[in-house]
Amino acid sequence: MFELIGIPPQALFGQLLLGLINGSFYALLSLGLAVIFGMLNVINFAHGALYMLGAFVAWFLLEYAGIGYWGALILAPVVVGLVGIVIEKTMLQRLYKLDHLYGLLFTFGIALILEGAFKHEFGVSGQSYATPALLKGGTNLGFMFLPFYRGWVVVLSILVCLATWYAIEKTRLGSYLRAATENPRLVQAFGINVPVMITLTYGVGVALAGLAGVMAAPIYSVNPLMGSHLIIVVFAVVVIGGMGSIFGAVVSGYMLGLLEGLTKVFLPEASNIVVFVIMVVVLLLRPAGLFGRER
Amino acid sequence: MSVKYSTTPSGTVTGRLAGKASLIIGAILIVALLAAPYVLYPAFVMKALCFALFACAFNLMLGFVGLLSFGHAAFFGAAAYATGYAAKFWGLTPELAILFGGVVGGGFGFIFGWVAIRRQGIYFAMITLALSQMVFFLALQVTGITGGEDGLQGVPRGDFLGLISLEDPLAMYYFVVAVFLVCFAFIWRIVNSPFGAVLKSIRENEPRAISLGYNVDRFKLIAFTLSAALTGIAGGTKSISVQLASLTDIQWQMSGEVILMTLLGGVGTLVGPAVGATLVVSLENFLATSGLPVTTVIGVIFVVCVLAFRRGIVGEFNAFLGRRKH
Repeated sequence: MFELIGIPPQALFGQLLLGLINGSFYALLSLGLAVIFGMLNVINFAHGALYMLGAFVAWFLLEYAGIGYWGALILAPVVVGLVGIVIEKTMLQRLYKLDHLYGLLFTFGIALILEGAFKHEFGVSGQSYATPALLKGGTNLGFMFLPFYRGWVVVLSILVCLATWYAIEKTRLGSYLRAATENPRLVQAFGINVPVMITLTYGVGVALAGLAGVMAAPIYSVNPLMGSHLIIVVFAVVVIGGMGSIFGAVVSGYMLGLLEGLTKVFLPEASNIVVFVIMVVVLLLRPAGLFGRER
Repeated sequence: MSVKYSTTPSGTVTGRLAGKASLIIGAILIVALLAAPYVLYPAFVMKALCFALFACAFNLMLGFVGLLSFGHAAFFGAAAYATGYAAKFWGLTPELAILFGGVVGGGFGFIFGWVAIRRQGIYFAMITLALSQMVFFLALQVTGITGGEDGLQGVPRGDFLGLISLEDPLAMYYFVVAVFLVCFAFIWRIVNSPFGAVLKSIRENEPRAISLGYNVDRFKLIAFTLSAALTGIAGGTKSISVQLASLTDIQWQMSGEVILMTLLGGVGTLVGPAVGATLVVSLENFLATSGLPVTTVIGVIFVVCVLAFRRGIVGEFNAFLGRRKH
């Protein structure tokens, strides 16, 4: 077998695949954050906790209702989305008039509540969730071994990101959404129910996190703390990409996942901090983020 | 920033309870602190004091400059390690070790501030959070200094000025009280100085402050460094009194905790954070034995504070006094 710069290709491509998987989750989560931020001007700190909730809902469905992966893939995001809608309707809605920081602090509180409750019930060791039968096994591509499930995660996340981008940029509803982001009062004056749109946006945004949670369940164990580290990395991703664009959020998600994978090959000690280091560099060179504009 | 903290023009407690009254209250508090070890566990009061100082230092940023830092755990934890290491391996006396912790905290604060001040509001919070997570991972890796998962154990309390042994619990207690009072007086001085007035003007109306010719970024950076250095002193004092520096001190949850203390006590008031810190530390003591999930209870308090109680305890009290006056 050939070698690249002293690294066996199996290891290199294996880590790159892992990076791409992580990148898929970064992309899905930062996409949700960007959609929510665009409409609500709120940084949803609870995003990581709702991602965890998605994974747990999938686990509950399997354990108590016998509904497997494919059912959970539809149901869990719906459940998480509904939870989000309830949170938005009953509490978050009251904070829009105030400084944005209160939205961040409020959602931080929600994250603590969810994580604390699940940690109390289930401990920190985590529950395992089996890979669906259809996607068990893998194939040898010659230069690397590709487990089917991991390939599926990458493909599905790309599809979901594309669909979200299409819905926002190319559909009529998406155009309302973009208009309401720019000038909510004017859009309201045209007879469009902006508060309902805001609620739905939050619901869809967190449903994306729930979906990511279901997708993550077979790869990482279902763990109450699975979202709390992830959300901080995703914040860094969002700062790097710039909050303004959906496209930027998605692209920087995949890019940073891949970079993290590369770092694991060439400088394993730094793999935990590489995203943060890149964030610092980007802030020094382009404070608004790679794809962002100052607002 | 357009945060309205419902402050009077002077914006501080001293502005409300003019002159004499605040002196009397201050004197009562000092007497209470001196008498406390005969009533309460000194270890508990010391912990509360360290966190009170931490929260007051944090409030210097959130309350008086209007910037929410989500990374103060990095300064607290890094200083706790630095102080512990200096006391244990270099044999520094406790006051020098704590000063060293303050310098390390301030150094990190300067770097954080230099990077993060490029963005405002929400971004500032996210950037400081990410930077502190980076420091956390560094602490996890340089096990030679931090002891990794075990933490830095067996930090000696040493002799104050090389003369008075702090192994004596009462001596240790009064040492912590002295550190707290000196730092609190320093914070009071900052807030009530011309420098503090500029900080408040940045909080109230940043563009206006810029148009008046103030170099806003420089003021923010100085304030952030000061806040981090004072946080470092709090972390170092904690490290000496508890004789342990661990990953808990540097984890991002600690940043969340100090935000809660400040919010609960009253953002932008001088004594509010200290009140909030005392409450949160007592609550955690109580919850530790109750079997309730601590994180969830903390989260609920967070949500309630943000939704219905944004002025905090001292802020509400001030507002109540203000209403009675009119």
